[in-house]
Amino acid sequence: MYYKTRGYQLFTILNYCILVIAGLLCILPIIHILAISFSASAPANAHLVGLWPVDFNIESYTKTLNNPNFLRAFFISVGRTILGTFMTMSVITLAAYSLSKDSSVLKSRNIYAWYFVFTMLFTGGMIPLYMVVRNLHMMDTIWALVLPGAVQVFNMILLMNFFKATPKELEEAALIDGAGHFTVLFRVYLPLAMASIATLSLFSVVGSWNAWFDGLLYINNYRNYPLATFLQTVIVSQDFSKLTANPRDLLNISQRTVKAAQIFIGMLPVLLIYPFLQRFFVKGIVLGAIKE
Amino acid sequence: MNVKGTLVSRPWLKGFLKRTWPLHVMLIPAVVLQFIFGYLPLGGLVIAFKDFKPYDGIWGSKWVGLEHFRFMFEYPDSKKVIVNTVLIAGLKIILNVIVPFTFALLLNEVRRNSVKRTVQTLVYLPYFISWVFLGGILTDMLSADGMINSVLQNWFGMEPILFLASGNWFRFIVVVTDVWQQFGYGTIVYLAALAGVNPSLYEAAEVDGANRWRQTLSVTIPSLVPIIIVVATLAIGNILNAGFDQIFNMYNPLVYDKGDIIDTFVYRTGILNGQYSFATAVGVFKSLVGFLLIVVGYRVAYKLADYKIF
Repeated sequence: MYYKTRGYQLFTILNYCILVIAGLLCILPIIHILAISFSASAPANAHLVGLWPVDFNIESYTKTLNNPNFLRAFFISVGRTILGTFMTMSVITLAAYSLSKDSSVLKSRNIYAWYFVFTMLFTGGMIPLYMVVRNLHMMDTIWALVLPGAVQVFNMILLMNFFKATPKELEEAALIDGAGHFTVLFRVYLPLAMASIATLSLFSVVGSWNAWFDGLLYINNYRNYPLATFLQTVIVSQDFSKLTANPRDLLNISQRTVKAAQIFIGMLPVLLIYPFLQRFFVKGIVLGAIKE
Repeated sequence: MNVKGTLVSRPWLKGFLKRTWPLHVMLIPAVVLQFIFGYLPLGGLVIAFKDFKPYDGIWGSKWVGLEHFRFMFEYPDSKKVIVNTVLIAGLKIILNVIVPFTFALLLNEVRRNSVKRTVQTLVYLPYFISWVFLGGILTDMLSADGMINSVLQNWFGMEPILFLASGNWFRFIVVVTDVWQQFGYGTIVYLAALAGVNPSLYEAAEVDGANRWRQTLSVTIPSLVPIIIVVATLAIGNILNAGFDQIFNMYNPLVYDKGDIIDTFVYRTGILNGQYSFATAVGVFKSLVGFLLIVVGYRVAYKLADYKIF
């Protein structure tokens, strides 16, 4: 057997080293930022913190959680994530069910399908979309963050393929018992598709939580910024001009430990969801990749 | 019994299937939303051919034909920006095929499932974190007195490197960190394909006396060539997308020269300076090139790997 040879054993040792290093490279930046966030200000500013906190304390977190701007942005993000995920999932589930029917059942099925696919190939781009949102008077409202991205065509196709794979006999039995299409969807298809729905919902949660550019584009008043946009402005662009006139706030925000705490809190929901997401992940990708 | 008889015996089923109005109703929300946010903006593309002034509105603004497109190619910075975009995107495309593929091969050799799962879990993680946060962390780590430089200084006695303040280093960092963020995700595709390779091929190779290296060269890699071709050709459509999210969250005026890409340039000129028509023209150019390359990519993928999307 090949794996008993000396050469292969040497390779295995080397391979494990490479894999462990790759794994560490992906997690170390997060540990580093966590260590800074729990350190005292002085050693953090002097760049003495590596992967372990120096002079452990939670001051940066109390400061962050006492910052009304941060909290407001946090809850706006929670709101947009819940609303956005609910919208997206309802819209794409309904559409995916209809599209999963043959064109012998729904004659115009292919027309609908191309109607959606076309927008994957051609988009108006940033500025025309911006003008549409502005003309609909959605600027500065949560709808500007939720509605423009609500129809996720790619996820819709994934769900459609899943619905297609559901045994037709179940549907026929329900139809014979006198069920309508809505009943079939909610009582037959949805319970069977819970795993797919959960996966796509988790993806949608992560996507909504991470989205920042739409906030920058469609929200003028910083008080309506979602968290990712707020942190983009404060931490990455270092643009404090919009945020506060109070010099003490400014000093607090610009501290390295406080920045680290804000970044960490910002990532926290994704880090918490990640283990659940990851479990479905491989299966979900493969499901989408395989046709028929 | 005849065929017609069976149909007649269940006329209610036929009638029911014909009652497809609920299916249309279910499609209404998606159709309406897609019309508003997918198709209406397409109409807005006309401003690329007009001198759009917000005050005059779309219809009130003057037609200027291809003026903005001409300006785009004559603008002194354009060439630089296009070169940056293609260079950065091209390097990313190549490495984002090679690195995940190699990594999947390595991971595939691990027979201890716990190790395999742990490594997978760790390397997928950066893919799910926004560039806002990653940018915040990485710019801090890569600063002159950041963690990377202190390691280089204390362990190897090197001078601090200005990763994010010198153009060439910036390009390098952008490509490397992008690969870092993406490779875990790409690995999945190849791992799934590796799981599908017919085991009898390996058995046959082993009977013929091939060692593992030889098996990889003669069985594994040839089996994966089609999927590599598909992934690579489909990625070509993105040659003008060098990664707005990432670069926007990592660059600064010092590296505009080497790090400015079409999207960041459009954002600064179009949105910040209010040149809507010019920015839209650049957007149209990008969409057209991207679309053509996608079509070409699909053709090539179909020819070489027999890949069809529908």
